[in-house]
Amino acid sequence: MLSGMKVKVLCRNPDDYVRETTRDIQRVPRNYDPTIHPFEVSREYTRALNATKLERIFAKPFVASLDGHRDGINCLAKHAKTLSVVLSGACDGEVKIWNLSKRECMRTIQAHEGFVRGICSRFCGSSFFTVGDDKTVKQWNMEPPGRGLQEEPLNTILGKAVYTGIDHHQTEGTFATCGQTVDIWDEQRSSPIRSFSWGVDSFSCVRYNPVETELLASCASDRSIILYDMRESAPLKKIIMQLRSNTLCWNPMEAYNFTCSNEDYNLYTYDMRRLDVPVTVHMDHVSAVLDVDYSPTGKEFVSASFDKTIRIFPKNSGHSREVYHTKRMQHVICVKWSADNKYILSGSDEMNIRLWKANASEKLGLLTPREKAALNYNQKLRDKFQHHPQVRRIARHRHLPRDLFKQKRELREMKEARRRK
Amino acid sequence: MAGGGNNEEELSPDDEHIISASEEEDGSDDESKHAKLLEAISSLGKRKRMKRTERSEASVQVSEFSVNADGTGEKVNLSDLLGTMDKTPGAPNKTKQQLKNLQNRKETLELPLSKQQTEKQIQREVAYDKSSKEVSRWETVITQNQKAEQLVFPLRQDPTGPKRMEQVVAGWKAKTPLEKEIFSLLHSNNQPIHDPLLTPAEEASIKAMSLEEAKIRQAEFRKARVLQSYYEAKARRERKIKSKKYHKLQKKAKVKAFLKQFDEMMKTDPAGALEELKKMELSRMQERMSLKHQNSGKWAKSKAIMAKYDDAARKAMQEQLEMNKQLTQKLVVPSDDDDDEERNVEEADALPDFVNDPEPILDSVNPWMRGKLTQEHSEPEVTAVATETAVETKDEGQNGQREDEEEEENEEEKLLREFERKRKLRQDEDDDLVPVPQEEKQGERFSLCFTKPRHFLAIFKAELLDEGLVRVRTMDDLEALQQDVVMDTTQPAPASATPAPSMETTSEPPKKKKKKKGIDPNEVLTKEAKVIKMPLAPTVVEEEEEEVHAEQTAIIKEAFAGDDVISDFLKDKRKQEKAGQAEVVDLTLPGWGEWGGVGLKPSKRKRRKFRLKAPAPPLRKDQNLPDVIISEKRNSSVANHQVSQLPFPFQNSTQFESCVRFPVGQTWNTQTTFRKLTAPKVVTKMGAIIEPMSKEDLPPVKESSGAGKREKTSIGWRF
Repeated sequence: MLSGMKVKVLCRNPDDYVRETTRDIQRVPRNYDPTIHPFEVSREYTRALNATKLERIFAKPFVASLDGHRDGINCLAKHAKTLSVVLSGACDGEVKIWNLSKRECMRTIQAHEGFVRGICSRFCGSSFFTVGDDKTVKQWNMEPPGRGLQEEPLNTILGKAVYTGIDHHQTEGTFATCGQTVDIWDEQRSSPIRSFSWGVDSFSCVRYNPVETELLASCASDRSIILYDMRESAPLKKIIMQLRSNTLCWNPMEAYNFTCSNEDYNLYTYDMRRLDVPVTVHMDHVSAVLDVDYSPTGKEFVSASFDKTIRIFPKNSGHSREVYHTKRMQHVICVKWSADNKYILSGSDEMNIRLWKANASEKLGLLTPREKAALNYNQKLRDKFQHHPQVRRIARHRHLPRDLFKQKRELREMKEARRRK
Repeated sequence: MAGGGNNEEELSPDDEHIISASEEEDGSDDESKHAKLLEAISSLGKRKRMKRTERSEASVQVSEFSVNADGTGEKVNLSDLLGTMDKTPGAPNKTKQQLKNLQNRKETLELPLSKQQTEKQIQREVAYDKSSKEVSRWETVITQNQKAEQLVFPLRQDPTGPKRMEQVVAGWKAKTPLEKEIFSLLHSNNQPIHDPLLTPAEEASIKAMSLEEAKIRQAEFRKARVLQSYYEAKARRERKIKSKKYHKLQKKAKVKAFLKQFDEMMKTDPAGALEELKKMELSRMQERMSLKHQNSGKWAKSKAIMAKYDDAARKAMQEQLEMNKQLTQKLVVPSDDDDDEERNVEEADALPDFVNDPEPILDSVNPWMRGKLTQEHSEPEVTAVATETAVETKDEGQNGQREDEEEEENEEEKLLREFERKRKLRQDEDDDLVPVPQEEKQGERFSLCFTKPRHFLAIFKAELLDEGLVRVRTMDDLEALQQDVVMDTTQPAPASATPAPSMETTSEPPKKKKKKKGIDPNEVLTKEAKVIKMPLAPTVVEEEEEEVHAEQTAIIKEAFAGDDVISDFLKDKRKQEKAGQAEVVDLTLPGWGEWGGVGLKPSKRKRRKFRLKAPAPPLRKDQNLPDVIISEKRNSSVANHQVSQLPFPFQNSTQFESCVRFPVGQTWNTQTTFRKLTAPKVVTKMGAIIEPMSKEDLPPVKESSGAGKREKTSIGWRF
């Protein structure tokens, strides 16, 4: 009947092309034979170039500004257990507790007369400590007092001299303050259980090692950095630098490394076992570096400078990978990296706390798996082709204010001249 | 000796050892020692005894031992003491020598530090060493993290997925009255409530299984799973077999097995057997009600018309009726007839569709008609054989020859084996990407152009370059082809015949000449093409194909008439080669050193002398590639995108190039590889606080090496 007619039959298995649900993406069978997908390098190069451009386009790091302080912000602290809570102390003695997700101030405390010099949260996050120019150490409850009740500190310690900094132990009820001496306190006692001095009249910063929790380091006004062990009666070691260090920060993932911000525009990373030579010198700021904080992953750190910028340095690189600045941001006094490695907080002279993304082009919020895969791929491509001049040129380009740019050039010239001599 | 306390301290322990050894040596033989002792005593007697100064007058300088301290103000010199040493015969020479050496030493000792300073400094030093040693414990972890391909933060994450019962329940207490009641019940029944959660017996049973046992069990489970999946796959495969015959046979075998089972059931479990019987009865009723096997369907009607003239049709109809009879037969004696019934029941399910379907077209030639892409050609033969045997068996069945069941079984087995073989064949074919044998067989039928070059690219090239492989149909075609061939062969001939005029080095070995010969078009044509293996399945039936093909070639020929690609290419290449060669510079100045003027040429010698031959250019990369031109010029537009310096971590350019060369995208990699390649170095969890490293991250320390270690948990305060 149909014997003369030829019928072509295409035989396909529906399993190969039908998706399981309508929400699935279409299945596309692929043949990975390299001969049918030629020019892989050039194609990937183009993609890398595009990825780099997109990254730069999406680089909008500024998230929010928290205003409310009536004087310059002098110190910042993270809540130990909650990501959204940040504490800040201002130069007029006011302490504010902020809710970052709502971007509003939850509580204001007139904590001290004069500056709030230092602030830190207890390891459990139930209370926090402040030190101020009025020679007191105060402990406050993290919870606000009931309605109609006044803000009262849980505990007040009157000292003999002004305290300039405070830091709390990682796991125990002890904290350290610095002023004329470095004191170790027990929370239960009103006098220090130990105080260290090494012929120095004042300290600017003391920090506990978050990993080896019994070690401390402090920056002194005689241009030195001194290491302590809480269990010993005497300090351990002292290094004297060219200029004064303002603050220091221990690497939370590497027990023996710390970075100090110096008045000579540089940051120095030291290995505490070999203090004679810094591991890395981080240059790029054009004015004194005032504060430094490590990212919780220990891979990078952020520095705040008098030159009105924040810079992010990879921990082993001599130069910054990122610089943040805005027109209105003045001298940045303090900086903190949030505990989820996503944000950076900076407090500056002009009474604002600014919230930045740690990774400037990162997309916030939830990502679909495909988005994530695409981002990872783009990141990988950028890494792969980072040495190619076009990619590098785009990836490295940053905008700087004119005066900063000039200053930087000037500094470079000076350095060149010194080298030539 | 005691007097020189300071000096004695400086004696190295070796020296002391020597001294004592020598003394011991002396003491070894008693005789000599005794003699010596005696001698010493006697010598003492001879000496003037030390005069004991008596206290005669009051003196300030009185030693506490009521001895007149005569020389208190003076220093005791080592030499004074040595003086007596020399005179002592008992002292060995070695000791004397050592003491002399000490005397010659002129170094002074350092002033000891003040007590307070020493203490502080030493304390610091020791403490610093201790703490730096302590901190160094982290080194392994840190380097490990630095080298890690991927770090996931927070470092200590709770294992995802369901938690163990104990973890969930721990810390939970009964609050509501219901819960309390339940707990009291549990209490009364001696059931575990709180921490252990397991009864002692359960715990014991858990403990009873050792790791090895567990492993063995796991292996067993694994094996079982594999077996299960194997059987599943097998079943699936069998289900997919489309042959009705096969299924029929399978069913028969099943029925047989069932009958056996049923027989046994009759003996062992009469109730079960009765139920089965009832089922059979039910199926019989159904068959009686339905019009199946009644020769009333479409197919049956058509057969009825044919039955007058066609034996086979008649037979088929009879068969149907027989079937009906069998199926509707009443079971009088269940034990005798149930096998038939059972079979009928089984067949009743399968038969109607098959019977009423239009007859399958057994077009063995056209694979498309079978709805399968890859089916070997041997199949029709096999099926033919199968049908033959099937017919035979049918005949036997019709004749009612049930006695020789064994034979039938053999036949069945044969058939089954046949099917098995076929299936295997098909599978193998599926495994191979290229169904070569099929192609070869089919190729004869299809146009000749596909016969020789079996691969796609080769075909393409052949079509483009040489139409000789295309089937020629008319004389005109042939003539045109001939012309083409002639043109192709003649064209490069002059190139090879006339050597390059610039060549002066005729004395060079013939190798070079051969190289310079130019490109042989034959070489171009016979060059092995890059082969892509592709299953070549013809999509057009043969006659059509031939026509279409001829048409196509004609069109192509018309379109590209006078377009001689090869010769153009060769010219191009030669031009490129020439451009790459450096020119000979002639620096001869006519009239310089000899007569000049119109019509006068510089002498040959001079010309030879002032002709600057440029050094031979480096070998071209495409020298041995006849169908390729490789330009080695630097392309500035490309250079903008190239890396000029070797980046830091790489040690040589090949390393870097290989790193860049491998693509990471989804286009070139499978999904899993892609994911692996693009995995980010640092992964953080959204909204999770990343705690600093803690002591739990440290690898366990060996106790023996913990010399200067403090306790981790409690701090020893040292005031």
